[in-house]
Amino acid sequence: MVKRINWRAVSLIAPAVVVLLAVGIYPLLFAIDVSLRQYQLTKPYLGTDYVGLQNYLSVLNDPLFWQSLLRTATFFVLTVPAQVIFGVLIALFIDSIRWRPLSLFMRVLLVIPIAVTPTVVGLIGRLLFNRDFGFINYLLSLLNLPAVSWLGEPGWAMVTIALVDTWQWTPFVTLVMISGLTMISQDVLEAGQLEAGHGWHFFWRVQAPYLLPGLTAVLILRTADILKLFDMVFVLTRGGPGVSTELVSVYIQRVGFRIFDMGIASAQAILLLILCIVLSRAYIRLFYREVEA
Amino acid sequence: MTANDTGPRALRRSRRHTVTYIWQAVVALALILAFLMPVYWMLTTALKTTADTFAVPPVLVFQPTLEHFRAVYQEGTVAKSLVNSVIVAVSATALSVLIGAPAAYVLARFNFRGKGDLWFWIISNRFISPIVVALPFFLIARDLRLLDSHLALILVYLTFGVPLVVWLCVDQFRAVPREVDEAATVDGATIWQVFFRINLPLAMPGIIVSAILAFITAWNELLFALVLTRAEARTAPVEAANFMTGFGIRWGPMMATGSLIVLPVVIFALVVSRNLVRGLTMGAIK
Repeated sequence: MVKRINWRAVSLIAPAVVVLLAVGIYPLLFAIDVSLRQYQLTKPYLGTDYVGLQNYLSVLNDPLFWQSLLRTATFFVLTVPAQVIFGVLIALFIDSIRWRPLSLFMRVLLVIPIAVTPTVVGLIGRLLFNRDFGFINYLLSLLNLPAVSWLGEPGWAMVTIALVDTWQWTPFVTLVMISGLTMISQDVLEAGQLEAGHGWHFFWRVQAPYLLPGLTAVLILRTADILKLFDMVFVLTRGGPGVSTELVSVYIQRVGFRIFDMGIASAQAILLLILCIVLSRAYIRLFYREVEA
Repeated sequence: MTANDTGPRALRRSRRHTVTYIWQAVVALALILAFLMPVYWMLTTALKTTADTFAVPPVLVFQPTLEHFRAVYQEGTVAKSLVNSVIVAVSATALSVLIGAPAAYVLARFNFRGKGDLWFWIISNRFISPIVVALPFFLIARDLRLLDSHLALILVYLTFGVPLVVWLCVDQFRAVPREVDEAATVDGATIWQVFFRINLPLAMPGIIVSAILAFITAWNELLFALVLTRAEARTAPVEAANFMTGFGIRWGPMMATGSLIVLPVVIFALVVSRNLVRGLTMGAIK
Protein backbone atom coordinates (compact mmCIF):
# COMPACT_ATOMS: atom_id res chain seq x y z
CA MET A 1 0.00 0.00 0.00
CA VAL A 2 1.37 3.37 -0.92
CA LYS A 3 1.12 5.78 1.96
CA ARG A 4 -0.28 9.16 1.10
CA ILE A 5 1.57 11.94 2.84
CA ASN A 6 -0.79 14.08 4.86
CA TRP A 7 0.75 17.48 4.17
CA ARG A 8 -1.46 19.26 6.64
CA ALA A 9 -0.20 16.94 9.41
CA VAL A 10 3.35 17.59 8.24
CA SER A 11 2.71 21.31 8.51
CA LEU A 12 1.72 20.89 12.16
CA ILE A 13 4.89 19.06 13.11
CA ALA A 14 7.32 20.80 10.76
CA PRO A 15 7.92 23.90 12.94
CA ALA A 16 8.99 21.71 15.84
CA VAL A 17 11.33 19.68 13.67
CA VAL A 18 12.84 22.80 12.09
CA VAL A 19 13.37 24.45 15.48
CA LEU A 20 14.87 21.33 17.01
CA LEU A 21 17.27 21.05 14.08
CA ALA A 22 18.17 24.73 14.27
CA VAL A 23 18.66 25.18 17.99
CA GLY A 24 19.48 21.59 18.94
CA ILE A 25 21.24 19.65 16.21
CA TYR A 26 23.05 22.49 14.47
CA PRO A 27 24.81 23.73 17.65
CA LEU A 28 25.72 20.13 18.38
CA LEU A 29 27.38 19.69 14.99
CA PHE A 30 29.03 23.05 15.54
CA ALA A 31 30.39 21.83 18.88
CA ILE A 32 31.75 18.67 17.28
CA ASP A 33 33.46 20.82 14.65
CA VAL A 34 34.97 23.12 17.28
CA SER A 35 36.10 20.15 19.34
CA LEU A 36 38.28 19.07 16.38
CA ARG A 37 39.96 22.47 16.12
CA GLN A 38 42.51 24.45 17.98
CA TYR A 39 40.23 27.25 19.19
CA GLN A 40 41.44 29.62 21.90
CA LEU A 41 39.44 32.83 22.06
CA THR A 42 42.20 34.63 23.94
CA LYS A 43 44.77 33.79 21.29
CA PRO A 44 43.11 34.61 17.97
CA TYR A 45 46.51 34.85 16.26
CA LEU A 46 46.87 31.06 16.59
CA GLY A 47 43.98 30.58 14.20
CA THR A 48 41.40 27.82 14.35
CA ASP A 49 42.93 24.99 12.36
CA TYR A 50 41.79 21.39 12.59
CA VAL A 51 43.89 19.34 14.96
CA GLY A 52 42.13 16.00 14.60
CA LEU A 53 41.45 14.21 17.84
CA GLN A 54 44.16 16.06 19.71
CA ASN A 55 41.71 17.91 21.98
CA TYR A 56 40.09 14.64 22.96
CA LEU A 57 43.47 13.13 23.72
CA SER A 58 44.47 16.03 25.92
CA VAL A 59 41.11 15.90 27.72
CA LEU A 60 41.47 12.18 28.36
CA ASN A 61 45.01 12.81 29.66
CA ASP A 62 43.95 15.81 31.73
CA PRO A 63 43.97 14.83 35.43
CA LEU A 64 41.77 17.87 36.21
CA PHE A 65 39.01 16.52 33.97
CA TRP A 66 39.10 13.12 35.65
CA GLN A 67 39.23 14.76 39.05
CA SER A 68 36.13 16.79 38.24
CA LEU A 69 34.35 13.57 37.23
CA LEU A 70 35.54 11.90 40.42
CA ARG A 71 34.27 14.87 42.45
CA THR A 72 30.95 14.58 40.66
CA ALA A 73 30.83 10.89 41.60
CA THR A 74 31.70 11.77 45.21
CA PHE A 75 28.92 14.33 45.21
CA PHE A 76 26.53 11.65 43.91
CA VAL A 77 27.54 9.28 46.73
CA LEU A 78 27.09 12.02 49.31
CA THR A 79 23.67 13.12 48.08
CA VAL A 80 21.63 10.46 46.29
CA PRO A 81 21.64 7.67 48.94
CA ALA A 82 20.66 10.22 51.59
CA GLN A 83 17.95 11.65 49.34
CA VAL A 84 16.58 8.17 48.63
CA ILE A 85 16.56 7.11 52.29
CA PHE A 86 15.00 10.34 53.54
CA GLY A 87 12.67 10.45 50.55
CA VAL A 88 11.34 6.95 51.18
CA LEU A 89 10.99 7.53 54.93
CA ILE A 90 9.15 10.81 54.47
CA ALA A 91 6.95 9.27 51.77
CA LEU A 92 6.03 6.37 54.07
CA PHE A 93 5.27 8.87 56.79
CA ILE A 94 3.08 11.10 54.61
CA ASP A 95 1.32 8.04 53.20
CA SER A 96 0.51 6.92 56.74
CA ILE A 97 -0.90 10.26 57.90
CA ARG A 98 -4.43 9.63 59.07
CA TRP A 99 -5.75 13.16 58.75
CA ARG A 100 -6.08 13.56 54.99
CA PRO A 101 -5.96 17.37 54.78
CA LEU A 102 -2.56 17.26 56.49
CA SER A 103 -1.15 14.72 54.05
CA LEU A 104 -2.45 16.75 51.08
CA PHE A 105 -1.01 19.92 52.59
CA MET A 106 2.40 18.24 52.98
CA ARG A 107 2.39 17.08 49.37
CA VAL A 108 1.67 20.59 48.13
CA LEU A 109 4.30 22.19 50.38
CA LEU A 110 6.96 19.76 49.22
CA VAL A 111 7.00 21.33 45.75
CA ILE A 112 8.38 24.59 47.16
CA PRO A 113 12.03 23.54 47.62
CA ILE A 114 11.99 21.91 44.17
CA ALA A 115 10.75 25.09 42.51
CA VAL A 116 13.08 27.59 44.19
CA THR A 117 15.48 29.02 41.60
CA PRO A 118 18.78 27.11 42.04
CA THR A 119 20.71 30.37 41.80
CA VAL A 120 18.74 31.70 44.75
CA VAL A 121 19.24 28.39 46.57
CA GLY A 122 22.96 29.08 46.25
CA LEU A 123 22.51 32.57 47.72
CA ILE A 124 20.45 31.20 50.61
CA GLY A 125 23.20 28.65 51.20
CA ARG A 126 25.73 31.49 51.47
CA LEU A 127 23.53 33.07 54.10
CA LEU A 128 22.71 29.98 56.18
CA PHE A 129 26.23 28.51 56.07
CA ASN A 130 28.01 31.79 56.78
CA ARG A 131 30.72 31.14 59.34
CA ASP A 132 30.10 34.24 61.45
CA PHE A 133 26.37 34.80 61.57
CA GLY A 134 24.87 31.85 59.67
CA PHE A 135 21.91 29.98 61.07
CA ILE A 136 23.61 26.56 60.78
CA ASN A 137 26.54 27.54 62.99
CA TYR A 138 24.02 29.03 65.41
CA LEU A 139 22.30 25.63 65.60
CA LEU A 140 25.71 24.02 66.22
CA SER A 141 26.39 26.49 69.01
CA LEU A 142 23.12 25.48 70.66
CA LEU A 143 24.52 21.94 70.75
CA ASN A 144 27.80 23.28 72.16
CA LEU A 145 29.62 22.41 68.95
CA PRO A 146 32.32 24.69 67.54
CA ALA A 147 31.61 26.90 64.53
CA VAL A 148 32.51 25.35 61.18
CA SER A 149 34.01 27.27 58.27
CA TRP A 150 31.59 25.64 55.87
CA LEU A 151 32.61 27.45 52.71
CA GLY A 152 36.23 28.05 53.67
CA GLU A 153 37.55 24.49 53.85
CA PRO A 154 37.57 22.07 50.90
CA GLY A 155 35.99 19.11 52.71
CA TRP A 156 33.29 21.15 54.39
CA ALA A 157 32.50 23.00 51.16
CA MET A 158 31.71 19.66 49.51
CA VAL A 159 29.54 18.74 52.50
CA THR A 160 27.78 22.10 52.21
CA ILE A 161 26.81 21.72 48.55
CA ALA A 162 25.72 18.14 49.30
CA LEU A 163 23.51 19.31 52.18
CA VAL A 164 21.97 22.08 50.10
CA ASP A 165 21.30 19.68 47.21
CA THR A 166 19.74 17.20 49.63
CA TRP A 167 17.47 19.91 50.99
CA GLN A 168 16.29 20.80 47.48
CA TRP A 169 15.89 17.31 46.00
CA THR A 170 14.71 15.08 48.86
CA PRO A 171 11.18 16.48 48.33
CA PHE A 172 11.34 15.37 44.69
CA VAL A 173 12.27 11.81 45.71
CA THR A 174 9.52 11.92 48.33
CA LEU A 175 6.87 12.92 45.79
CA VAL A 176 7.99 10.21 43.35
CA MET A 177 7.83 7.61 46.12
CA ILE A 178 4.41 8.81 47.27
CA SER A 179 3.06 8.31 43.77
CA GLY A 180 4.41 4.74 43.93
CA LEU A 181 2.75 4.12 47.28
CA THR A 182 -0.61 5.41 46.08
CA MET A 183 -0.54 2.83 43.26
CA ILE A 184 -1.04 0.03 45.82
CA SER A 185 -4.68 -0.98 45.78
CA GLN A 186 -6.70 -1.34 48.95
CA ASP A 187 -7.05 -5.10 48.34
CA VAL A 188 -3.30 -5.60 48.11
CA LEU A 189 -2.80 -3.54 51.25
CA GLU A 190 -5.30 -5.56 53.25
CA ALA A 191 -4.07 -8.91 51.99
CA GLY A 192 -0.50 -7.80 52.73
CA GLN A 193 -1.41 -6.80 56.25
CA LEU A 194 -2.91 -10.21 56.93
CA GLU A 195 0.13 -11.95 55.50
CA ALA A 196 3.02 -9.77 56.60
CA GLY A 197 1.60 -7.80 59.52
CA HIS A 198 3.11 -4.36 60.04
CA GLY A 199 6.59 -2.91 60.09
CA TRP A 200 9.60 -4.14 58.13
CA HIS A 201 8.00 -7.24 56.71
CA PHE A 202 5.10 -5.26 55.38
CA PHE A 203 7.41 -2.66 53.86
CA TRP A 204 9.65 -5.18 52.06
CA ARG A 205 6.94 -7.58 50.93
CA VAL A 206 4.10 -5.21 50.05
CA GLN A 207 5.28 -1.61 49.59
CA ALA A 208 8.87 -1.91 48.32
CA PRO A 209 7.98 -3.53 44.96
CA TYR A 210 5.81 -0.52 44.15
CA LEU A 211 8.70 1.85 44.89
CA LEU A 212 11.07 0.16 42.46
CA PRO A 213 10.11 1.96 39.21
CA GLY A 214 10.24 5.31 41.02
CA LEU A 215 13.63 4.42 42.47
CA THR A 216 14.99 3.57 39.01
CA ALA A 217 13.69 6.86 37.63
CA VAL A 218 15.17 8.78 40.55
CA LEU A 219 18.60 7.19 40.16
CA ILE A 220 18.82 7.93 36.44
CA LEU A 221 17.40 11.45 36.68
CA ARG A 222 19.53 12.41 39.67
CA THR A 223 22.63 11.12 37.84
CA ALA A 224 21.75 13.26 34.83
CA ASP A 225 20.92 16.28 37.00
CA ILE A 226 24.20 16.01 38.88
CA LEU A 227 26.12 15.84 35.59
CA LYS A 228 24.21 19.01 34.62
CA LEU A 229 24.52 20.71 37.99
CA PHE A 230 25.96 24.17 37.60
CA ASP A 231 23.96 27.08 39.02
CA MET A 232 23.65 26.21 42.72
CA VAL A 233 27.33 25.27 43.00
CA PHE A 234 28.50 28.22 40.90
CA VAL A 235 26.74 30.68 43.20
CA LEU A 236 27.49 28.90 46.47
CA THR A 237 31.19 28.09 46.07
CA ARG A 238 32.30 29.02 42.51
CA GLY A 239 33.83 25.54 42.53
CA GLY A 240 36.07 26.49 45.43
CA PRO A 241 37.85 26.75 47.69
CA GLY A 242 40.50 25.93 45.11
CA VAL A 243 38.79 23.42 42.86
CA SER A 244 37.36 21.37 45.73
CA THR A 245 33.72 21.61 44.64
CA GLU A 246 34.28 21.97 40.89
CA LEU A 247 31.83 19.43 39.51
CA VAL A 248 32.15 18.46 35.85
CA SER A 249 29.75 21.06 34.39
CA VAL A 250 31.34 23.80 36.49
CA TYR A 251 34.79 22.74 35.28
CA ILE A 252 33.78 22.74 31.61
CA GLN A 253 32.19 26.16 32.06
CA ARG A 254 35.48 27.46 33.50
CA VAL A 255 37.55 26.02 30.66
CA GLY A 256 35.13 27.45 28.09
CA PHE A 257 34.26 30.81 29.55
CA ARG A 258 37.08 31.80 31.90
CA ILE A 259 40.05 30.18 30.17
CA PHE A 260 38.26 30.54 26.82
CA ASP A 261 39.70 27.37 25.33
CA MET A 262 36.71 26.49 23.19
CA GLY A 263 38.34 23.49 21.50
CA ILE A 264 39.15 21.71 24.75
CA ALA A 265 35.86 22.70 26.40
CA SER A 266 33.89 21.43 23.40
CA ALA A 267 35.72 18.11 23.48
CA GLN A 268 34.90 17.82 27.19
CA ALA A 269 31.29 18.71 26.50
CA ILE A 270 31.01 16.08 23.75
CA LEU A 271 32.42 13.43 26.09
CA LEU A 272 29.89 14.51 28.72
CA LEU A 273 27.17 14.37 26.08
CA ILE A 274 28.01 10.75 25.31
CA LEU A 275 27.55 9.95 28.99
CA CYS A 276 24.18 11.75 28.99
CA ILE A 277 23.00 9.88 25.89
CA VAL A 278 23.81 6.54 27.50
CA LEU A 279 21.71 7.60 30.48
CA SER A 280 18.77 8.75 28.40
CA ARG A 281 18.88 5.48 26.43
CA ALA A 282 18.62 3.58 29.69
CA TYR A 283 15.74 5.79 30.79
CA ILE A 284 13.84 5.25 27.56
CA ARG A 285 14.42 1.47 27.72
CA LEU A 286 12.98 1.35 31.20
CA PHE A 287 10.06 3.71 30.93
CA TYR A 288 8.91 4.09 27.34
CA ARG A 289 9.19 0.55 26.08
CA GLU A 290 6.08 0.77 23.93
CA VAL A 291 7.29 3.85 22.10
CA GLU A 292 10.71 2.62 21.12
CA ALA A 293 9.42 -0.67 19.73
CA MET B 1 -15.09 -5.82 63.28
CA THR B 2 -18.33 -4.10 64.30
CA ALA B 3 -18.34 -6.00 67.57
CA ASN B 4 -15.25 -4.05 68.58
CA ASP B 5 -16.85 -0.67 68.13
CA THR B 6 -18.28 -0.47 71.63
CA GLY B 7 -16.90 -0.97 75.10
CA PRO B 8 -13.41 -0.53 76.54
CA ARG B 9 -11.61 -1.83 73.46
CA ALA B 10 -13.09 0.90 71.29
CA LEU B 11 -12.13 3.46 73.91
CA ARG B 12 -8.55 2.18 73.98
CA ARG B 13 -8.44 2.24 70.22
CA SER B 14 -9.71 5.78 69.92
CA ARG B 15 -7.15 6.87 72.50
CA ARG B 16 -4.47 5.16 70.44
CA HIS B 17 -5.74 7.01 67.36
CA THR B 18 -5.51 10.32 69.17
CA VAL B 19 -1.90 9.56 70.07
CA THR B 20 -1.21 8.69 66.42
CA TYR B 21 -2.77 11.96 65.28
CA ILE B 22 -0.65 13.95 67.69
CA TRP B 23 2.73 12.44 66.88
CA GLN B 24 1.98 12.57 63.17
CA ALA B 25 1.14 16.26 63.49
CA VAL B 26 4.40 16.87 65.39
CA VAL B 27 6.54 15.08 62.79
CA ALA B 28 4.70 16.87 59.98
CA LEU B 29 5.37 20.22 61.61
CA ALA B 30 9.07 19.40 62.02
CA LEU B 31 9.31 18.45 58.33
CA ILE B 32 7.52 21.61 57.25
CA LEU B 33 9.90 23.70 59.35
CA ALA B 34 12.95 21.93 57.93
CA PHE B 35 11.91 22.30 54.30
CA LEU B 36 10.57 25.83 54.49
CA MET B 37 13.11 27.35 56.88
CA PRO B 38 15.65 28.35 54.20
CA VAL B 39 12.99 30.19 52.20
CA TYR B 40 11.65 31.80 55.36
CA TRP B 41 15.17 32.89 56.31
CA MET B 42 15.66 34.53 52.93
CA LEU B 43 12.38 36.44 53.25
CA THR B 44 13.09 37.61 56.78
CA THR B 45 16.65 38.63 55.93
CA ALA B 46 15.23 40.71 53.10
CA LEU B 47 12.98 42.43 55.65
CA LYS B 48 15.59 42.86 58.41
CA THR B 49 17.77 45.90 59.00
CA THR B 50 21.43 45.25 58.24
CA ALA B 51 22.22 45.28 61.96
CA ASP B 52 19.62 42.57 62.61
CA THR B 53 21.04 40.43 59.79
CA PHE B 54 24.43 40.19 61.49
CA ALA B 55 23.03 39.67 65.00
CA VAL B 56 24.38 36.65 66.90
CA PRO B 57 22.32 34.86 68.10
CA PRO B 58 19.95 35.51 65.18
CA VAL B 59 16.92 37.65 65.97
CA LEU B 60 13.64 35.86 65.36
CA VAL B 61 11.37 38.77 66.22
CA PHE B 62 12.24 42.04 64.57
CA GLN B 63 10.82 45.26 63.19
CA PRO B 64 10.43 44.60 59.45
CA THR B 65 11.68 47.19 57.00
CA LEU B 66 11.22 47.59 53.26
CA GLU B 67 14.50 49.51 52.86
CA HIS B 68 16.24 46.71 50.93
CA PHE B 69 13.37 46.33 48.49
CA ARG B 70 13.36 50.10 48.06
CA ALA B 71 17.13 50.14 47.46
CA VAL B 72 16.84 47.35 44.92
CA TYR B 73 14.04 49.18 43.12
CA GLN B 74 15.88 52.50 43.06
CA GLU B 75 19.13 51.07 41.73
CA GLY B 76 17.25 49.88 38.69
CA THR B 77 19.50 47.04 37.52
CA VAL B 78 17.50 44.42 39.41
CA ALA B 79 14.20 45.81 38.16
CA LYS B 80 15.58 45.80 34.63
CA SER B 81 16.79 42.22 34.98
CA LEU B 82 13.35 41.15 36.21
CA VAL B 83 11.78 42.80 33.16
CA ASN B 84 14.30 40.96 30.97
CA SER B 85 13.42 37.69 32.70
CA VAL B 86 9.72 38.27 32.08
CA ILE B 87 10.31 39.08 28.40
CA VAL B 88 12.55 36.08 27.83
CA ALA B 89 10.61 33.52 29.87
CA VAL B 90 7.19 34.56 28.53
CA SER B 91 8.37 34.65 24.89
CA ALA B 92 10.18 31.34 25.18
CA THR B 93 7.13 29.75 26.80
CA ALA B 94 4.70 31.13 24.22
CA LEU B 95 6.90 29.96 21.33
CA SER B 96 7.40 26.55 22.94
CA VAL B 97 3.63 26.07 23.19
CA LEU B 98 2.96 27.38 19.66
CA ILE B 99 5.55 25.04 18.21
CA GLY B 100 5.24 22.14 20.62
CA ALA B 101 1.48 21.64 20.96
CA PRO B 102 0.75 20.93 17.24
CA ALA B 103 3.76 18.60 17.09
CA ALA B 104 2.50 16.77 20.17
CA TYR B 105 -0.86 16.31 18.47
CA VAL B 106 0.73 14.75 15.40
CA LEU B 107 2.90 12.50 17.56
CA ALA B 108 -0.17 11.37 19.49
CA ARG B 109 -2.25 10.61 16.38
CA PHE B 110 -0.02 9.58 13.48
CA ASN B 111 2.59 6.95 12.79
CA PHE B 112 5.42 7.86 10.48
CA ARG B 113 8.99 7.02 9.69
CA GLY B 114 11.49 8.63 12.02
CA LYS B 115 8.95 8.99 14.79
CA GLY B 116 11.10 6.89 17.12
CA ASP B 117 14.16 9.07 16.44
CA LEU B 118 12.19 12.25 17.02
CA TRP B 119 10.89 10.80 20.23
CA PHE B 120 14.37 9.86 21.41
CA TRP B 121 15.60 13.35 20.65
CA ILE B 122 12.77 14.87 22.65
CA ILE B 123 13.34 12.68 25.69
CA SER B 124 17.14 12.93 25.58
CA ASN B 125 16.89 16.69 26.00
CA ARG B 126 15.98 16.11 29.60
CA PHE B 127 19.42 14.55 30.09
CA ILE B 128 21.77 16.78 28.16
CA SER B 129 23.92 19.12 30.19
CA PRO B 130 23.26 22.72 29.12
CA ILE B 131 27.00 23.39 28.92
CA VAL B 132 27.03 21.17 25.80
CA VAL B 133 24.64 23.58 24.08
CA ALA B 134 26.02 26.74 25.70
CA LEU B 135 29.50 26.47 24.16
CA PRO B 136 28.48 26.33 20.48
CA PHE B 137 25.54 28.67 21.04
CA PHE B 138 27.89 31.31 22.41
CA LEU B 139 30.09 31.11 19.31
CA ILE B 140 27.11 31.10 16.94
CA ALA B 141 25.45 34.04 18.74
CA ARG B 142 28.75 35.92 18.67
CA ASP B 143 29.07 35.43 14.91
CA LEU B 144 25.47 36.54 14.38
CA ARG B 145 25.97 39.53 16.71
CA LEU B 146 23.19 38.21 18.94
CA LEU B 147 25.14 38.24 22.20
CA ASP B 148 23.36 40.15 24.95
CA SER B 149 20.03 40.05 23.10
CA HIS B 150 16.69 38.67 24.23
CA LEU B 151 16.41 36.73 20.99
CA ALA B 152 19.48 34.55 21.62
CA LEU B 153 18.17 33.54 25.03
CA ILE B 154 14.64 32.92 23.77
CA LEU B 155 15.99 30.67 21.01
CA VAL B 156 18.25 28.69 23.31
CA TYR B 157 15.40 28.24 25.81
CA LEU B 158 13.43 26.49 23.08
CA THR B 159 15.90 23.60 23.44
CA PHE B 160 14.19 22.58 26.66
CA GLY B 161 10.83 24.37 26.26
CA VAL B 162 9.70 22.60 23.09
CA PRO B 163 10.56 19.05 24.29
CA LEU B 164 8.85 19.69 27.62
CA VAL B 165 5.66 20.93 25.99
CA VAL B 166 5.65 18.14 23.42
CA TRP B 167 6.11 15.46 26.04
CA LEU B 168 3.44 16.64 28.41
CA CYS B 169 0.93 17.41 25.66
CA VAL B 170 1.28 14.08 23.84
CA ASP B 171 -0.28 12.48 26.90
CA GLN B 172 -3.02 15.07 26.88
CA PHE B 173 -3.92 14.57 23.20
CA ARG B 174 -3.89 10.79 23.62
CA ALA B 175 -6.61 11.26 26.22
CA VAL B 176 -8.86 12.87 23.60
CA PRO B 177 -10.83 9.97 22.07
CA ARG B 178 -9.91 9.21 18.45
CA GLU B 179 -13.61 8.89 17.59
CA VAL B 180 -14.00 12.64 18.05
CA ASP B 181 -11.38 13.20 15.32
CA GLU B 182 -12.88 10.58 13.05
CA ALA B 183 -16.39 11.97 13.33
CA ALA B 184 -15.16 15.46 12.48
CA THR B 185 -13.11 14.17 9.53
CA VAL B 186 -16.14 12.37 8.13
CA ASP B 187 -18.00 15.67 8.33
CA GLY B 188 -15.32 17.15 6.05
CA ALA B 189 -13.09 18.93 8.54
CA THR B 190 -9.39 19.19 7.71
CA ILE B 191 -6.77 18.14 10.22
CA TRP B 192 -6.09 21.80 10.98
CA GLN B 193 -9.73 22.32 11.90
CA VAL B 194 -9.78 19.10 13.89
CA PHE B 195 -6.71 20.24 15.77
CA PHE B 196 -7.54 23.89 16.38
CA ARG B 197 -11.31 23.66 16.88
CA ILE B 198 -11.64 20.34 18.72
CA ASN B 199 -8.40 19.02 20.20
CA LEU B 200 -6.85 22.27 21.30
CA PRO B 201 -9.76 23.34 23.53
CA LEU B 202 -10.09 19.84 24.97
CA ALA B 203 -6.37 19.62 25.77
CA MET B 204 -6.14 23.19 27.10
CA PRO B 205 -5.72 22.28 30.80
CA GLY B 206 -2.73 20.08 29.99
CA ILE B 207 -1.27 22.70 27.66
CA ILE B 208 -1.49 25.32 30.40
CA VAL B 209 0.29 22.99 32.83
CA SER B 210 3.06 22.37 30.31
CA ALA B 211 3.33 26.12 29.68
CA ILE B 212 3.71 26.80 33.41
CA LEU B 213 6.43 24.16 33.73
CA ALA B 214 8.25 25.58 30.69
CA PHE B 215 7.99 29.04 32.23
CA ILE B 216 9.41 27.88 35.58
CA THR B 217 12.36 26.21 33.83
CA ALA B 218 13.08 29.28 31.71
CA TRP B 219 12.69 31.67 34.63
CA ASN B 220 15.10 29.65 36.81
CA GLU B 221 17.78 29.18 34.15
CA LEU B 222 21.27 30.53 34.88
CA LEU B 223 24.00 29.02 32.69
CA PHE B 224 22.75 30.13 29.26
CA ALA B 225 21.89 33.58 30.57
CA LEU B 226 25.29 33.93 32.20
CA VAL B 227 27.09 33.04 29.00
CA LEU B 228 24.89 34.82 26.45
CA THR B 229 24.10 38.12 28.16
CA ARG B 230 26.14 41.05 29.46
CA ALA B 231 24.21 44.15 30.57
CA GLU B 232 21.27 44.82 28.26
CA ALA B 233 19.56 41.41 28.27
CA ARG B 234 20.84 40.18 31.63
CA THR B 235 18.19 38.13 33.43
CA ALA B 236 17.35 38.14 37.13
CA PRO B 237 19.28 34.97 38.13
CA VAL B 238 22.46 36.43 36.58
CA GLU B 239 21.85 39.68 38.42
CA ALA B 240 21.36 37.75 41.67
CA ALA B 241 24.52 35.70 41.14
CA ASN B 242 26.36 38.98 40.58
CA PHE B 243 25.77 40.02 44.17
CA MET B 244 28.41 37.47 45.10
CA THR B 245 31.19 39.27 43.27
CA GLY B 246 33.05 42.28 44.60
CA PHE B 247 33.80 43.22 48.18
CA GLY B 248 31.28 43.36 51.00
CA ILE B 249 28.22 41.30 50.24
CA ARG B 250 25.01 43.30 50.58
CA TRP B 251 22.89 40.64 52.20
CA GLY B 252 19.67 42.66 52.46
CA PRO B 253 19.35 43.69 48.80
CA MET B 254 20.62 40.26 47.73
CA MET B 255 17.89 38.46 49.67
CA ALA B 256 15.28 40.99 48.53
CA THR B 257 16.27 40.19 44.94
CA GLY B 258 16.16 36.47 45.69
CA SER B 259 12.67 36.82 47.15
CA LEU B 260 11.43 38.70 44.08
CA ILE B 261 12.84 36.00 41.79
CA VAL B 262 11.42 33.11 43.78
CA LEU B 263 7.93 34.53 44.38
CA PRO B 264 6.41 33.90 40.91
CA VAL B 265 7.88 30.41 40.49
CA VAL B 266 6.71 29.29 43.92
CA ILE B 267 3.19 30.49 43.16
CA PHE B 268 3.22 28.74 39.78
CA ALA B 269 4.66 25.57 41.31
CA LEU B 270 1.90 25.49 43.90
CA VAL B 271 -0.67 25.89 41.11
CA VAL B 272 0.72 22.87 39.21
CA SER B 273 1.91 20.96 42.28
CA ARG B 274 0.12 17.82 41.18
CA ASN B 275 1.92 17.83 37.84
CA LEU B 276 5.38 18.89 38.91
CA VAL B 277 6.69 15.35 39.31
CA ARG B 278 5.18 14.35 35.96
CA GLY B 279 7.04 17.25 34.36
CA LEU B 280 10.35 16.51 36.07
CA THR B 281 10.27 12.82 35.13
CA MET B 282 9.02 13.48 31.58
CA GLY B 283 5.80 11.66 32.38
CA ALA B 284 7.40 8.40 33.56
CA ILE B 285 5.98 8.93 37.05
CA LYS B 286 2.39 10.11 37.16
